[in-house]
Amino acid sequence: MGLLSDPNRRRALINLLTRLNAPICGMPVDWLVKTMQARGLEVFTQSFSRTLPFPDENKERYMVKGTNVYGILRAPRAPRTEALVLSASCSPGDENNQAVGLLLGLAQYFRNQIYFAKDLIFLVNEHDLIGMQAWLEGYHHTNTTGMDWTPLHGRGGSIQAALSLELNSHVVTSLDLVLEGLNGQLPNLDLANLFYAFCQKLSVLCTIEGKLQRNDWDSVSGYSQAVQTMMLMVMKQASGRPWGDHGLFLRYHIEAATIKGINSFRQDKTDATTIGRLLEGMYRKLNNLLERLHQSYFFYLMPSLSNFVSIGYYMPAFGLLAVILLLRALDLWVQLVTPPPRNEERVNDIAQSCPGVLSILIPLVISHLTGVALYMLPVRFQEMAVEHFPVSETEAVVLTAIAVYTAGLALPHNTHRYSSEGTEQGWRVLKLVAVLYLAVLLGCTALINFSLGFILALTLVPVAAFVTPHVPKVLSAFALVFLSPACTLLFSVFFYQELQEMPVSFQDGWILYLSVISQGILDHYLYGSLVYPLIALLVYPCWLLFWNILFWK
Amino acid sequence: MTLFTLLFLLSSCLLVYCINIEDNVGQFFSSGHTNNWAVLVCTSRFWFNYRHVANTLSVYRSVKRLGIPDSHIVLMLADDMACNHRNPKPATVFSHKNMELNVYGDDVEVDYRGYEVTVENFLRVLTGRLPPSTPRSKRLLSDDRSNILIYLTGHGGNGFLKFQDSEEISNVELADAFEQMWQKRRYNELLFIIDTCQGASMYERFYSPNLMALASSQVGEDSLSHQPDVGIGVHLMDRYTFYLLEFLEDIHPASKTCMNDLFKVCPKSQCVSTPGHRTDLFLRDPGSVLVTDFFGSVRKVEITMDSINLTSVVSHRKEEPAANGELQKEVYSYSDQLPVSEIIHQ
Repeated sequence: MGLLSDPNRRRALINLLTRLNAPICGMPVDWLVKTMQARGLEVFTQSFSRTLPFPDENKERYMVKGTNVYGILRAPRAPRTEALVLSASCSPGDENNQAVGLLLGLAQYFRNQIYFAKDLIFLVNEHDLIGMQAWLEGYHHTNTTGMDWTPLHGRGGSIQAALSLELNSHVVTSLDLVLEGLNGQLPNLDLANLFYAFCQKLSVLCTIEGKLQRNDWDSVSGYSQAVQTMMLMVMKQASGRPWGDHGLFLRYHIEAATIKGINSFRQDKTDATTIGRLLEGMYRKLNNLLERLHQSYFFYLMPSLSNFVSIGYYMPAFGLLAVILLLRALDLWVQLVTPPPRNEERVNDIAQSCPGVLSILIPLVISHLTGVALYMLPVRFQEMAVEHFPVSETEAVVLTAIAVYTAGLALPHNTHRYSSEGTEQGWRVLKLVAVLYLAVLLGCTALINFSLGFILALTLVPVAAFVTPHVPKVLSAFALVFLSPACTLLFSVFFYQELQEMPVSFQDGWILYLSVISQGILDHYLYGSLVYPLIALLVYPCWLLFWNILFWK
Repeated sequence: MTLFTLLFLLSSCLLVYCINIEDNVGQFFSSGHTNNWAVLVCTSRFWFNYRHVANTLSVYRSVKRLGIPDSHIVLMLADDMACNHRNPKPATVFSHKNMELNVYGDDVEVDYRGYEVTVENFLRVLTGRLPPSTPRSKRLLSDDRSNILIYLTGHGGNGFLKFQDSEEISNVELADAFEQMWQKRRYNELLFIIDTCQGASMYERFYSPNLMALASSQVGEDSLSHQPDVGIGVHLMDRYTFYLLEFLEDIHPASKTCMNDLFKVCPKSQCVSTPGHRTDLFLRDPGSVLVTDFFGSVRKVEITMDSINLTSVVSHRKEEPAANGELQKEVYSYSDQLPVSEIIHQ
């Protein structure tokens, strides 16, 4: 009972895996189509192409063309209304061959079972996330990112759940679960619990964020490991990028997770049969589902695979930070409304008590225009930058972004040339507007992507509350720059590397920082990630407003 | 002399034998019922409620084995497990892991299936208020000499039983339905068995005579399921019905096992919950009630070569020719179905 208890099937799987270990050029589309058809699946292909806005130096691609191959195993007795997806990405070289082999072995095994009530779709996508995006857009008849793809000829009903496999080495000693998806979205916690339950049942070592389970969570070292794991998850969620092929499914309300095989050079190795049994168990459980997974939490943080922090626990922390801003706004409002103290300069005060709308509006408009410039200029003027400077396109984009960001710092000196003399009331009104604007912005961000909202709140709320034209200028300018979104990102990069126990030197960290910025911009153009537009169009202008207030004359 | 002694002995033996026969005749009709009916209901649907269908089918199997025919069984199953897409062994419903006993069998006759199992249909079956187009197999055609077994299983709570995820039947409704049955003389004695969480709450409100009730758990307790089967992937039976089935497998049509043994089925050590029973409304002593009085359809037959004097109830009237020379026929009329005047004047 169960996968590969039959020695013939075991031999077939081993043959498949050894054959796939030979290096393959590009994606073996014809061989995959033939193999899947031999296993009794309905096989279809989809070709797609995309020109990236600028070359991706991490994955070394610019003009991407590829083919996705997928085979549908129809449920023997059920109507074709629901489907489950198992995917493995196939890239040039032999990176994920084990996963593709396991996928084909499982397809053969599942073909002989009669208890499946949902269609199973076995997807081999090329160019990982880009191919997955093309397939999902084709499946759901949407086109949000401007990619070119051929329509899908075969469909399987609405997808209930999906799993993505990444087995990068031939030897696997533990399985890692990756949950974070696009824009910080997470699958239902039941999927994580399902994976952990099967890992325990089959005695497979399983990890989350690369950290093992332990049995002494109450001790100091156990607690610190839990905090580390949770911080890693917060960092990953805040970046808003999909950390596995599963990340793109979540947008369509399909619960998905990625299972990565990790080789940590232990004595006990997990063989393909055990991973196959784990996947078989998970798919049988998902098959028994009568509705989409919805009973457990959608918003959570995991300090370990057996513990979680739900939204009810972590939201009040953010709420308290937001309250600071609201109290400051209340304070400003009271200051604005109370009449000034009666003294000799009453006449002057009355004359200056109504600040011009212009003096408020101008900083607002200019900050937002700078934000728009930060959003649009880097990608639009990369050719011009490449002509004039000896840099590659990617570097051009990133350096333009940093240049625009820094140029914004010079603004207050220019703004005041165009506005009338600023007044005491003027900066108060501007600060009221800015503080409320920040509160609403952070609130909305925290609802969608809690980690991003929390990190921004942690860095921006203190300065936003305390900055006035009367605080010591140099110190607070330094603090404001130190806590601006760009520097927060820089420190996060170093912090993330520390948490992963792979600390980097300053040069490497800087290069990593530049690549993170370029990846963020690419994610926005390729998959619709919202982090880059949020920072450029909303958070940065808001921060500029506070910079304006600091240098108010 | 010896001949006389022999004759004397023979006659005394015969006399004793006759007296025994008379006693047996007395015992013959002590239970008071002449036919048996069963209403077996499973109220939950979906694949993970496989065990409720298996519960009902195992009671169905026992009841059929002990003699109640399909025409006297109303079987209501809210979902089809045997042909469910997820069943790895299609056309079977197993009651024990290792797939020892297939309770679906070859000749299951389901009267109410799928969405027809509703509270309204259940109450209509009990009270007999069905539309004229309802076929005989869907009716409970019991009379005042019928012993009825009613078995309910599904998900329940304190005072209610859930039908099909969308409605509930309360214990008050059930008690009133039984009172309607009593007033319409639709049963002689009724045995009510329920296997749900907090099942004892369902029989708390009964107030009609001749009702005996059994439940798998008390108020505040959950009824638990028995083992899961790894091949099929769900729990196969509930504990109480599992041990009830085990108990019933030992009963054959001639068993003299009485109700007190049935009350001992599944003690707390096996069931984890405490089964309960209620006998205060029952007129006979449970110790003298046979299990087959409800679970089987036992035709009482005893072969004797002697003649038995029955008091004649038919009075012979001499037919006298009428004044006009023609035979006068007596005019007959139907008696009242519902003797309202008698009830009102009670």
